[in-house]
Parts: sequence; C-alpha cells; structure tokens
Amino acid sequence: MKKLIVIGAGMASGRMLEHLLEQGGDWDVTLFNAEPRGCYNRIMLSPVLSGEKTYDEIVTHDADWYEAQGITCRFGEKVAQIDRTAQTVTAENGDVLGYDKLVIATGSAPFIIPMPGHDLEGVIAYRDLEDTQRMMSLGKGNKAVVIGGGLLGLEAAAGMQARGVDVTVVHLMGHLMERQLDEAAGYLLRKELVGRGINVLVSTNSKEIVGQDGHVKALRLENGTELPCDLLVMAVGIRPSIALGKDAGLAVGRGIHVDDQMLTSDANILAVGECIEHDGAVFGLVAPLYDQAKVAAKTLMGEDAQFVQRDVSTKLKVTGCDLFSAGDFAEGEDREDIVFRDPARGVYKRLVLQDNKLIGAVMYGDTADGNWFFGLIKDGTDVSDMRDTLIFGPAYQGGAAADPLSAVAALPDDAEICGCNGVCKGTIVQAINGGAQDLPSLKACTKASASCGTCTGLVEQLLEVTLGDAYAAPAAQSVCGCTDLTHEDVRRLIKSQELKSQPAVWQELGWNTPNGCHVCRPAVNFYLLADWPLEYQDDPQSRFVNERKHANIQKDGTFSVVPRMWGGITNPAELRAIADAADKYNVPTVKVTGGQRIDLLGVKGEDLPYIWADLNRAGLVSGHAYSKGLRTVKTCVGTDHCRFGTQDSTGLGIKLEQALWGSWTPHKVKLAVSGCPRNCAEATCKDVGVICVDSGYQVSVGGAAGMDLKETERLVDVATEQEAIDVTVAFVQLYRENAKYLDRPYKWLAKVGLDWVKERIADVDERARLIAAFELSQTIYRKDPWAEGAAKPRAFAALADLTLEAAE
Amino acid sequence: MSWIDIAAITDIPLRGARVVKTPLGCVGLFRTAEAEVFAASNTCPHKGGPLSEGIVHGQSVTCPLHNWVFDLNTGQAQGADTGQIQTYPVRLEGGRILLDGAAFAKRSAA
Repeated sequence: MKKLIVIGAGMASGRMLEHLLEQGGDWDVTLFNAEPRGCYNRIMLSPVLSGEKTYDEIVTHDADWYEAQGITCRFGEKVAQIDRTAQTVTAENGDVLGYDKLVIATGSAPFIIPMPGHDLEGVIAYRDLEDTQRMMSLGKGNKAVVIGGGLLGLEAAAGMQARGVDVTVVHLMGHLMERQLDEAAGYLLRKELVGRGINVLVSTNSKEIVGQDGHVKALRLENGTELPCDLLVMAVGIRPSIALGKDAGLAVGRGIHVDDQMLTSDANILAVGECIEHDGAVFGLVAPLYDQAKVAAKTLMGEDAQFVQRDVSTKLKVTGCDLFSAGDFAEGEDREDIVFRDPARGVYKRLVLQDNKLIGAVMYGDTADGNWFFGLIKDGTDVSDMRDTLIFGPAYQGGAAADPLSAVAALPDDAEICGCNGVCKGTIVQAINGGAQDLPSLKACTKASASCGTCTGLVEQLLEVTLGDAYAAPAAQSVCGCTDLTHEDVRRLIKSQELKSQPAVWQELGWNTPNGCHVCRPAVNFYLLADWPLEYQDDPQSRFVNERKHANIQKDGTFSVVPRMWGGITNPAELRAIADAADKYNVPTVKVTGGQRIDLLGVKGEDLPYIWADLNRAGLVSGHAYSKGLRTVKTCVGTDHCRFGTQDSTGLGIKLEQALWGSWTPHKVKLAVSGCPRNCAEATCKDVGVICVDSGYQVSVGGAAGMDLKETERLVDVATEQEAIDVTVAFVQLYRENAKYLDRPYKWLAKVGLDWVKERIADVDERARLIAAFELSQTIYRKDPWAEGAAKPRAFAALADLTLEAAE
Repeated sequence: MSWIDIAAITDIPLRGARVVKTPLGCVGLFRTAEAEVFAASNTCPHKGGPLSEGIVHGQSVTCPLHNWVFDLNTGQAQGADTGQIQTYPVRLEGGRILLDGAAFAKRSAA
C-alpha cells in the first residue's frame, strides 16, 4: 500500500480525495489540517452569515466520512517541515511520517493591510468559520466597517446588514467589484446596496484603525473622517500559502508552481487549490479548484490528465442582487460590445464579442440568461447568426428594439418638465391625450416650454412617447455620438432624476459607450458639479488639459501661467516675484494679456507646481486664465485718479472678482467695469459689463469679442454697488444653471431671450435664491488650485525615467 | 522581453495618463478601465500634441491640441483622420505596471 500524505482539508483536497477513492486506488492516506475540522464549503459561509443556511448544512466531509474511508486525520495539526530527500514530513509535535506521494493543499491566507491598528482586537478577515461567527455575534445597535468592495467584502456587508448591523463598506477603487464588473454594473450594485441601508464609500483610502483599550473603535480615512465600529472586517484579497513548499525548495512564484498534471517541481509532490500557480495564474474561485482536484487524482493513479484553465463565472451571493459576470469583459482589439440598458428596470447587460464568438458577459438586474451566455462562452459557439438578437437571450421571440425614448417614458407623472411654469409630466400627457398634439398648442394650453424654452426637447419627446408614430419630432442635436439626448435634456434629467454621478448619468440616460467621450464627459462633469455642488465630486479626468493642469497648453506642449491680479491691480512686490519666477523657470515670453494680467508663456509641465509655489509665496494665486469659469474683471482707474470717473470702478472690479473667482461656468466668463461712459475698460463687449454713471451702475450682459462680435444689452440699472454685485452674481448663477456647456452667455441669451432673464433677476426671491445657490457652490470651489497642485509635484512629473536604465 | 516595474496602477488616475521618459522619447501610460493600462507614444503625429494630457475614454485618447482620437490598442487614428502612434507592450501584475525595457533599448543601441 502506497503512503499518501495530504496537507490541508479544504475544498480542493476534499474533492481530490473523493475522486481518488472512487477510482479505488490502494492508498494509506494521512490528512493534516490546521483548522480543527474537516472540509466544509467555504463559499457558502455567506449564506451562513446572513442566516439562510446553518454551518451543518455546508459541511461536505466530516470526521465520520474520513473515518469511513480509512483516512487518518490529524485535525488541528500543522506540518512543520517537508524533507524531500528522505520523503518525510514532520508534524508540529515532532512526529516524522514517510510518504510515497505528497499533496500540498494549503490554500491561501487572507491579506491583511499592515496599516496602523491592524492587530487590534476586533479586526478580522473573512475567511473561516471563526470569522463568520464573529460577524454573527453582532446585531442591532452594532456598527461594522468592511474594507474591500469585492465579492467577499460585499457578502460580509450584506450578511451583517441583514442582521441589523449598521455597515459601511470602504473601497479603494472607483466602483464595486471592479474585477468582475464594469463601471455601469458597479454603479447599479452600489445603488442597490445603498438602498438597503449599507453605507458605501468608493475611491476611498483608509489611513489607520483607531483603537481603545486594545479593541477596535473606528476606522480613520485619509480625508480625516472617522467611521466608528465594533468590528472591522478586512476583505481585500487572499495570498497563496506557499511557505511550506518554498521552505522545502519547491519552485514557487506567487503560488507553488505546478504543471498541467498538478505536479510541482518535485515529481513526488503534487499541489492543488489556492496555494498553486499554474501558467502564471492563481485561483480564488471554486470551479478551477475542482478541475485541479480531478486532475491530481488521475495523476496519482498514473492516468493521463491535463488541467486546462477555463472561463469562470461569478455570482454575488447576496439575496436580491442579481449580478452575473463571466469571461473576459474588457474591451480590446477586434472586440465589440453589445450594451443593453433599461434604466426603468435597473437592468444592464453587456456582451463582449470577438471573432463572432462570445468571450465575456456582465449582467445586472436580469441575469436569467447568464448560464446560457456562459455556455456560449465555454463552448466557443459561433454567434454570427443570432448576433442581432443575442442580447435578448435564448427566449427571444422577435420583440422590439430598445426604445431610445425610454428615459422620458420612465419619468414619473409628477416629474417637473417645465421649471419656469411648474408643469409636470402628467399635465402635459393629459393635454396631449386631450387633443393638444403639437408644440404650439401644448404651449398654449399648458404653458410648458412657453418661457425659457430649454424644456422644448423634453416636451417634444413626450409628444413622441405619447403619440408614437403619429408625431414626427424635429431633429434635435444630441450632445455627441454617445447619446441621443440633447444638452438641455441631459441637464433636465440630471435635475429631475437626481443623478449625482457620471456612471449614474451613463446608466440612467442610456449612454451607448462605456464611459462617454471627450465631448460629453466635460459637459456632464460640469452639469453635475453645477447642480450638486455638495454631493458630486469633480472629476479632473473629465476636464480639458488646461483645467486639469490649471495652466494653458501651448502649441509646443508647454504651458502659460497667469497669476491673478485682482481688478488688474498689482504692486512692485508682486511684479518682482513674477520677474524672479520668469528668470528661475526660463520663461521665454512675458506678455500682458487682453484682460490686464501678466502671462508667463513657455513653462514646462513638470515645473508648474514649483513656479506656482514661488508665486503663492508672494501672495499670488491662480488667475484661472485656462478655465471655463471666471477669467478676469478688467477695470479703469475710476474716481481714484481719473478726472472723469464717476464711481470707484477699480474697487467694484476687485469686489466682483473676489465674489466670482474659482467658480466653474458653461464657458469662460469675462467681466469689465468702466468708471464712465468713455468705457476705457471696454465693458460693452464682455459677458457682464458695468458702466459707472453719476446715478449708479448700468449692468449689461451678453457681449462678445471672440468668434462673434457683439455689444452687450442692458440688463438693469441699479443705484448701489452692492446691487450691482448682486445682479451680476445672480446672472452668472442663472447662466450656470441653465446654459448648454460651451455656450457663452450671448449664445444662451439668444435661446432663452433677455426678457426671461430680466424677469428672473427682477424677482426678489429668485434673485436671493440664485445668490444663495452660487455662494453655496463657492464654499467648495472658491479656492486656489495652484496651492493644491504645488503640494503634490510628483503628480506633474514623469512616472519613471528609463533613459538612465537603458543606457547602463 | 525584460519587464521593468514602473509604478502601481493607482499612480495613474482612473481614465487618466502619466508619462515615462525613455530613450525613444516620452511614452504615455494610459489607464482606461479600473485595471487596464496601455502604453503608447505620447506624441500626436498631427502637430505633436502631448497625448497623455488628453481625455481618455473607452480604449481611446483624444489629443488635447486638435481632438484627434487614437485607438490605444492599435495606435490608429479614428474617424476621418489618418495616422498612427507607436504602441508598446505593457503588463499588469498584482497592481504593478510592467514595461518591456527591450522595446525601448533596441533602437537606442543601434
């Protein structure tokens, strides 16, 4: 009888022994296991945690089973050493056992981030029954934090939440389960979990674990936030347990190297399960482990078998979260995507095709066809014949294509369509059904789209949805190829559906690309930022380079740096600092701009943080000469020095600039204040121009001196400086809330009409609301981006320099 | 192949890019999805725009100077524009980005 020693009693080892015994081999088996028990189905721990199963139900091989098979079990005992020459293993207690064949199935160990506090009592992984029991001991009134938004972390969170625990998930990456899901599916999953009351933080760094009397008390995040908790679960990944094999001198990489027969570099030693590395891959899901078990059993029997890595599918074991992922769903060369989104049902499906074969599938919300798709992937079926209907699944019976109008159709009856006149969807649909079947008659009977007109597109879509083919809508220009919606529709829907992130917009509004393009992303980023200043986090990667780098890119790839000079005023100290910076950073050109500032042209990208730091030290901040935001407020000298000046135009210019700086707008915004009608500051061709007169201030808007030349039109005359400032701020906010991205105010005014703007500004309540909304946004955005950038110069430098390495 | 460890994937912002200096000039490392990185020339063949400063979308990047769009898989310009940028082998291993040093050493040695 040949002696077989197996180290580890996990799922791979259990399945291997089963196969081996089925085949009737004559073996004397000794089984070591560090855990004091036999084999249980580890992947079913989540249903145990959530209370859907008991531990007894998930045991696959208990002590009785091993005994019945004649296997000697050494549970709760570790192997201390393997001696390959002598073909023996030494147990912890010193026993030495000889073997003919040895199987290493030591599995993997959870990875614990070595952050401060990781060794506190109450910080656990999610790996075995003990961890599960710790989580099960919590209940209502307890708080838990889970670090890691992957499969295990989410199952832990959902399981504890089901027990009434107040759970927060902290995830480093931008969306949940990023290894299995794309952004859109990750967004839907997060929405579901948040809806259940689980707090989910993505793109979030943990800093340290705070303890009290040796027990975990809270998790402190990098931004300083503290999340109090009674238990902290780290579910950030696993590492193959290779120490035993490595010490024995076996070839190891990330795992113990094995060939297709599951043999290690020693022909008498096999390895299976999560501890191995096969052809560069390590394993964490159960399907390949079972394949390996089968191959290892055959190899032991001297039969020919080969382990082949194959696609695996994933499901999240959280009740009610329908999620499926299989194969390779990354985009790639020669790959095509078929994307289906049904915002109303919260359904998202994405199929990835290559060479007429399905190679990947991600599904959320409706996963009924998951196994059918998985079958197509595994079998490498040619799908060219069913391509058109593939995404609808096997039961497709010739239904209609996805409706591009579904976003409008999905709006509830009480959704406000026309904000100016407070008309909701139900009223409009009622009017259409009552006979108002075109835009003019709808305007006449409901007042919808009869004021500013930005909801016109939406009203037309309602006509289309309600009347179907009977209505032919005039073609409206969509934002870009990623969507059929117009800018106005997108703005309206972001507000009415309270969409507060870019993935939310892509999913709910049915974007047909994975994450937009260079045309729509900056627009959507601005709309979200303008509508939800407190909730939305600005996305620098959706900004044009100038705004991302806080400097203007020039044709040779260098940048121009323009410090702010409030109202065009400077002093010798500032000028000296600018001159010194120009010297120090070899600025080839120093120019006075059209907006009365000084432009340092030709600065290298990696020098930006340093020149900013120098300028900051002299009290200068970013002039935002690069932004879709407030640029400059040009002024004349006003009453201070001019014999004609009627008011303190310079002082007003400075006050306006200090009120408006840092704000983001649909396009650049330029202001000027002239002290008298001689208009030395050229206020009549700016977005907002103020002319000071004896009786007060003439505020005019909508001028331009770029591609188009346009004189401003009078908005209002006011008596006091404060009123002039209020009117200007209210106007800018109205523009921020309503204009299409990249429309200067004059273009927006041409669409909505000056009269409508005048009405809004004249309305005392509305003016106050606009000013308050602007100020709220400014509490976040009125800050110097240069100071932030100067603090992290590494972000502006090259990631690495290979010129030196290659030369060696 | 001689793989060189460059940096962690998280050193590049999601849907962003960073450059690596090489003997053949600056090479852009472009991060598209959560765990997907491409390496390609940083220089637009049109007017030399720095592609790493462009907006990264899908598996493409748009040049910040004149909006030429390049497929990061093939390096081919998209749409009506014609041209190509050099692409380079890049690997991800355990969250680390690896570049093939040989791809950059070859021509400089010649």
